[in-house]
Amino acid sequence: MELQAVLMAAGGGSRMPDLTYNTPKPMLPVGNKPLMWYPLNLLERVGFEEVIVITTKEVHKMMSTDPKMKDVKIKLDVVCIQEDGDMGTADALRHIQQKIKTDVLVVSCDLITDVALHEVVDLFRAHNATLAMLMSRAHEFTETVPGQKGKKRTGEQRDFVGVDQSGKRLLFMANEADLEDGLSIRKSIMRKHPRMHIKTGLVDAHLYCLKKAVVDFLADNKSISSIRGELLPYLVRKQFSKTTNCPKSKDDADDQAQKTIDGSTNSTELLISSRDEPLLQLAQERSCWNDHRGDMSEAYHGGKLRCYVHIMDQGLCYRVNTLAAYIDANRLAPKLFEEPAVHPSAVISERCQMGSDSIIGAQSQVADKTSLKRSTIGNSTTVKEKVKVTNSIIMHGVTIEEGCNIHGCVICSNAVIGRGADLKYCLVGSGQRIEPEAERTNEVIVGTDQLMEI
Amino acid sequence: MAESGVTDGLCNAEDIERSKTEGKELTKEEKQRLRKEKKQQKKNKEKNDENASHEGKKKKKKEEKPVGSASQPPAQPSPKAVPAPPAAVPVPASEAPAPADKPAKSKADLKAERRARQEAERASKGKKGDVGQPAPTGKLKAPPSELQPVVKRLPEHVQVDDPEVLKKLAKKLERQQIPLRSDYGYKVSLFSHLHQYSRKAPLTQQLGIPSTVIHPAIVRLGLQYSQGIVAGSNARSVALLHAFQQVIRDYSTPPNEELSRDLVNKLKPYISFLNQCRPLSASMGNAIKYIKKEISNIPSQCKEEEAKVKLLRCIERYINENIILAAKAIAKYSIEKISDGDVILVYGCSSLVNHILCEAFEKDRKFRVIVVDSRPRLEGREALRRLVQKGISCTYVLISAVSYILPEVSKVFLGAHALLANGYVMSRVGTSQIALVAKAFNVPVLVCCETYKFCERVQTDSFVSNELDDPDDLIVTRKGKTQLEQWQEVPSLGLLNLVYDVTPPDFVDLVITDLGMIPCTSVPVVLRVKNMDQ
Repeated sequence: MELQAVLMAAGGGSRMPDLTYNTPKPMLPVGNKPLMWYPLNLLERVGFEEVIVITTKEVHKMMSTDPKMKDVKIKLDVVCIQEDGDMGTADALRHIQQKIKTDVLVVSCDLITDVALHEVVDLFRAHNATLAMLMSRAHEFTETVPGQKGKKRTGEQRDFVGVDQSGKRLLFMANEADLEDGLSIRKSIMRKHPRMHIKTGLVDAHLYCLKKAVVDFLADNKSISSIRGELLPYLVRKQFSKTTNCPKSKDDADDQAQKTIDGSTNSTELLISSRDEPLLQLAQERSCWNDHRGDMSEAYHGGKLRCYVHIMDQGLCYRVNTLAAYIDANRLAPKLFEEPAVHPSAVISERCQMGSDSIIGAQSQVADKTSLKRSTIGNSTTVKEKVKVTNSIIMHGVTIEEGCNIHGCVICSNAVIGRGADLKYCLVGSGQRIEPEAERTNEVIVGTDQLMEI
Repeated sequence: MAESGVTDGLCNAEDIERSKTEGKELTKEEKQRLRKEKKQQKKNKEKNDENASHEGKKKKKKEEKPVGSASQPPAQPSPKAVPAPPAAVPVPASEAPAPADKPAKSKADLKAERRARQEAERASKGKKGDVGQPAPTGKLKAPPSELQPVVKRLPEHVQVDDPEVLKKLAKKLERQQIPLRSDYGYKVSLFSHLHQYSRKAPLTQQLGIPSTVIHPAIVRLGLQYSQGIVAGSNARSVALLHAFQQVIRDYSTPPNEELSRDLVNKLKPYISFLNQCRPLSASMGNAIKYIKKEISNIPSQCKEEEAKVKLLRCIERYINENIILAAKAIAKYSIEKISDGDVILVYGCSSLVNHILCEAFEKDRKFRVIVVDSRPRLEGREALRRLVQKGISCTYVLISAVSYILPEVSKVFLGAHALLANGYVMSRVGTSQIALVAKAFNVPVLVCCETYKFCERVQTDSFVSNELDDPDDLIVTRKGKTQLEQWQEVPSLGLLNLVYDVTPPDFVDLVITDLGMIPCTSVPVVLRVKNMDQ
């Protein structure tokens, strides 16, 4: 087997608490499909037959009841972990270390993309890389986010990513938060790669191909708890560390050779030596290829640990972990698939004006004289007469009484909007009731028990 | 065409008589057919003399070929090509190709059948007046197959412009569940019979991601071939054998199957896949033949684990003998040829030549090297790096300056991709040019080649069988401007990126192999000796 897929679906959605306090992030509806359906669909399309899904019990329960999840033909091996535990993504990988038999492809549940996955995996295969990841140019979010008070959100920390001239080899990765006195780059890196492009406007898609040896390394190093935050910068730094580049001592034709190397210090564990290494080494020596030119060193500068990145210029790539991303994703996700805008079981009256950009979920009812433009209506939602819904996201089980005017809002599941309400750029939390004739603009309406505790 | 005429003794006589009575002149093909017929008759009388003059015949056949191929551009790459009709030379009976004698006896029935068939065909076609035309389709395929002990068909990869062949290929690949790689861009008409792929459209696009049909080691290898990460004859063979080792290690015999037969069947789709990624080299072909033979020779009572260990050891031994030790032997012979004060010219990056020069330098020979390089691959830079790293003093020029630099040169060392059975050297494109210029300057040309790269193919020109690389490699961006960016839209423009060319043996003075230093024309002897060993 070449690659095992692991889907991380235990995240809490901590950056959009208003949406996720009732619905866990993996099950948030985007274009009337649960969020985790998208990465699963990507894996299925590409050819995976099995996925290990790491999630919480709550999500697991919701998964089994959701109709869309039943459409997923891929075999799901669900591993449940504690919800309140401080399990980072690396901790989760360590948890399932026994199941990992080969190289892994780690995907996050909030990734919506139409990338040609072979581009990332080809880098991983061709260069025998330890890590291959996907990044994309960040898109500006154009839609107005409800509840935003106008100014740009602080705490948006930039990621500095350094790539080499070909744009494929990952040389440097750090988050602004970790760089207190400025960005410092080691001389050894500059000597090997004199031309480095440092980019800040990239979005990490959280799609990583990792060698099996990395998972084994995690098992021994319990201090690493997050893939993105700790493991990745460590691997990128280790490419140029002195110990990984010194020539290895000759292996005896000894079956214990592999074990001794794994048992020794941390850095050598990542060297991933296989018994065939001499033949591969011979092939590389005889090959007249080099990945760089201008200096005297051989291909890859003799380094065994290599990290690669594929940066997407075109195409869709969203990480739905903020409200703005969620809204944008809802606009664009339906365009990825050729599905009918109106679900066959939905009941739409004839005098309803529905724009081409809108979609309506199963078993919903839309009454007369309504106007729906650029909106998403979820499953089992009732929209009564004379309602105008523009640019909004209505989740499942919502009731909108007559005469409402909803513009640019996000209405969470099971909410009730009273008659004649006029909502602009609001976020109505799950299960909330908006009184009739209410006029709200730019507000976040959630239950009192969900307000943050200070 | 002429080549079908050898066996058509009777019907040709009929045709010729018919044309004579109709007042037409005998066409060239008919004359040749007449001559062939006479040859055939004499041959049947003198078949006992064949063994004695075997060598002589082969040499004369080689001379005939350059003449023959001039009159027939699509020359066949089969070594026992009967259709080499010299237009004017009256060929004595003993010149008839020796191996054809044996099958001639046993296939007399087939010949008679064929004659009858062709008579019938001609009877129906004769009124249309195309007297000189034999069955137009299959002109290259059908006739020779009857005269030779081994049926040799044209390989698929030189018949890309024939839609039937493509259909057959597509069917075969479908059966093996391997995606078909589509050709890219406009092909120059002289080379439209070859594949031309784009590096930006790898075969993995059409494969599922955890590849289940093809072993992951083979997918990785195919990717490395198509992206040029593993390039060079030796490197490709070593990488191939390494991948096969992994395949064998992960292999488990299904129930009711024998390892010796099933494993070979398992390898076939992998080989097709690698062929689609990049056409196989001659050295890879020989390695595959060796492996298949070894697998088939596993006795059926051998247990699976034992068999696997045996095969892995065979692979190790093959690499050790044919690549590592051969390199050492060749280095030892070459060092005798390198004297102090020599100026050695090398072309491109040949792993063997680099090895030789490094060894010679370690043995304290005093020489300097001139590295000649050519676009678009610019492999010479890698050779330059390796030599300079050792401490050898080098000069670097592009191939356009080779006639300028040659007066300084005392020897030329060339590497080879394969050595063909008629003594031609197949190597990186540009090699024959260097050999030609060196000949003009009377500089000795030494080709270094291991014996496992010797190939039974015969080729006299670089058109018939070659490899077309990605044409976009020729596009270069200077000062931000890419002039050839829209080359596909210009209807009269074609980009050609050839990979190999053949050097005639007249330009090569010596071939240094692990068996010793031999002249170019002794290649078929070596091949024969090797075949006898096996």
